[in-house]
Amino acid sequence: MTGALTERARRLYGAHPLHLLSLLASFALVGYAISLLGVHSLWNDRVWWQSIIVWFLGAIVLHDLVLFPFYALADRSLGAGWRAVTGRAPQATPVVSPRNYLRLPTMASGLLLLMFFPGIIRQGSGSYLRATGLTQQPFLGRWLLLTGAFFGISAIAYAARTITVRRQRSGSPASDPVVPSEDATPAELLTHDGDPQW
Amino acid sequence: MTVDGTGLGQPDESDQGTPAATEVGGAPVTESAPDGADGPDEGAHGPDEAPFGFPDRLWRTIAEHRPPGLPNPRAFRSPLRGPWLTSVFGFLLLISLPLVALTGLLDYIAYGPRLHQSIPGNVGVLHLPFFNWPTRPVWLFQVTEGLHVTLGLVLVPVVLAKLWSVMPKLFTWPPLRSVAELLERLSLVMIVGGIVFEMATGILNIQYDYLFGFNFYTAHYFGAWVFMTGFVVHVALKLPTMVRSLRSRSLLGELRTPLAETEAEAPDADGLVPTDPAPPTVSRRGALALVGGGSLLVAVLTVGQSIGGVARESALLIPRGRSYGDGPTDFQVNRTAVAASIEPSATGPAWRLSLVGGSNEVTLDRVTLMAMHQHTADLPIACVEGWSTTQRWTGVRLADLAELAGVPHPTKAHVQSLEGGGGFAEAWLQSNQVLDPDALLALCVNGVDLSPDHGFPARVIVPALPGVHCTKWVRSIEFVR
Repeated sequence: MTGALTERARRLYGAHPLHLLSLLASFALVGYAISLLGVHSLWNDRVWWQSIIVWFLGAIVLHDLVLFPFYALADRSLGAGWRAVTGRAPQATPVVSPRNYLRLPTMASGLLLLMFFPGIIRQGSGSYLRATGLTQQPFLGRWLLLTGAFFGISAIAYAARTITVRRQRSGSPASDPVVPSEDATPAELLTHDGDPQW
Repeated sequence: MTVDGTGLGQPDESDQGTPAATEVGGAPVTESAPDGADGPDEGAHGPDEAPFGFPDRLWRTIAEHRPPGLPNPRAFRSPLRGPWLTSVFGFLLLISLPLVALTGLLDYIAYGPRLHQSIPGNVGVLHLPFFNWPTRPVWLFQVTEGLHVTLGLVLVPVVLAKLWSVMPKLFTWPPLRSVAELLERLSLVMIVGGIVFEMATGILNIQYDYLFGFNFYTAHYFGAWVFMTGFVVHVALKLPTMVRSLRSRSLLGELRTPLAETEAEAPDADGLVPTDPAPPTVSRRGALALVGGGSLLVAVLTVGQSIGGVARESALLIPRGRSYGDGPTDFQVNRTAVAASIEPSATGPAWRLSLVGGSNEVTLDRVTLMAMHQHTADLPIACVEGWSTTQRWTGVRLADLAELAGVPHPTKAHVQSLEGGGGFAEAWLQSNQVLDPDALLALCVNGVDLSPDHGFPARVIVPALPGVHCTKWVRSIEFVR
């Protein structure tokens, strides 16, 4: 009897009744939190973009529709750009794909910029000075140095990897184009461009 | 190879009985179901075969009106995406985010809600049970706030990875096939908006960038409750899926799988696994190492602000990794004397400390205070931004001052600064915070007079008390019986 009822509810609603109950409870709790804050506090009449509700919903928009497409496209362009270059000069195709050696330092540098941009671009310099008595002067230089270090380390790692693979290759039958290593073959990397991947 | 268009390849797949299906050991890949013909093009995806709920006509209409320009689910081709990877990130967040939430809620208590100085003031029932914030261990607030901020920052790469892993779901069409899905999507606004909002406001606040314009404490506190609500519901609804997905692959096995052997997960009902996966460019263990490496990088570049000492300099990109010099008063300043509009004349020989609460007001100058019994204690100053610094403070015990004022057992005390205004020109102290043997009205630090920026002529320093309540440039203390 109850089983049939649950089944009917599930068909109409789309999930188990407990699903509905827990979601309604959560909406009520959020409503309570907003009522404590005061609905008027969600909105700033003078500067609309400094409203709590704009920041809350804007956070989703900025992540899902700006940050994600941006880095996904950047990664795709990396692959596509590389294909275009090597397509014209296949004989110059390197033995190890540089893809991850470019991705890694770019992501490290990008992550730091994403998280610590206020100091790097000197945003909020007034409140910074009042709080600390200092300026934000060193941060841009430090971030650039870190970025340089990331790419430098990556370059060394890439060189080391290339040498290793070359040696392995010259040791094995020369006709074998497949790199006997953890890395995918360059051909594989270059013909199949994935999408936003790590 | 890259069929990025409208799913032209699908009929072929079903005709050929999909090689993928045989590979996954006969898992029911139901792409070959004939109903694909009358449904929308994307109907080949797993979840799209679920029936529509009530009102069925509405969901069907939505399904038939796929907005142009919406990325095709087939555009998501990463072979790493799948319920297992998502569940690993989810599991990491499941065990770590409650700690961030708990330390945040504890810090609300540290501000003293019973003395009406926690912000926001009215939180209804949305708080931990109130208690008097202890003064021991002296590093209590240093640890709770340091953990809150550091862990919050360290989790940024994990959150970004988790969101990346479920991104195809944002673009699936139809987005809804029942009221249940509508409500669940709404609840995702709480969790996704909540976590990004909390991280963004927190990250800006620790860098003194008040771009958001609204009150940080209020927004961050209520934002946290919205997030926590969404989090609890999401966990309740998804826990079985997470457990099942985690069991679907062995973590150790993944850690032993090199790139060349990395394959897509078995097709899932949620459509995270791509129907047409690209060859991997990173192994699954590589992706995990990447996210872990990102977290480690953030940890190395931030934890120094809380640990201090030689580690401080490793906090290269945040305010509290900076050095002020080698002198005895060259440690982290929070709000300069200039910013607080402290007139030098007000802190000179004319300065007096007034003690109120007893039968008579007691007024003391600095020479008299220096002549009283001096006590020295090593105590941290710890701030809401997560940084802290431990220094050797010397001054008169607050308990001695209370006795001098004629109120040896105060229930609370009200400290006021020379500072004209601002949120922290005054502070209330609990009884235990006045009577702790290390609770001081500090006159000196590291053997020399306080500097103007550190509160000369006198400042409060109390064990485990949030830094902003260790009032600087003290003018008066009222001890309440």
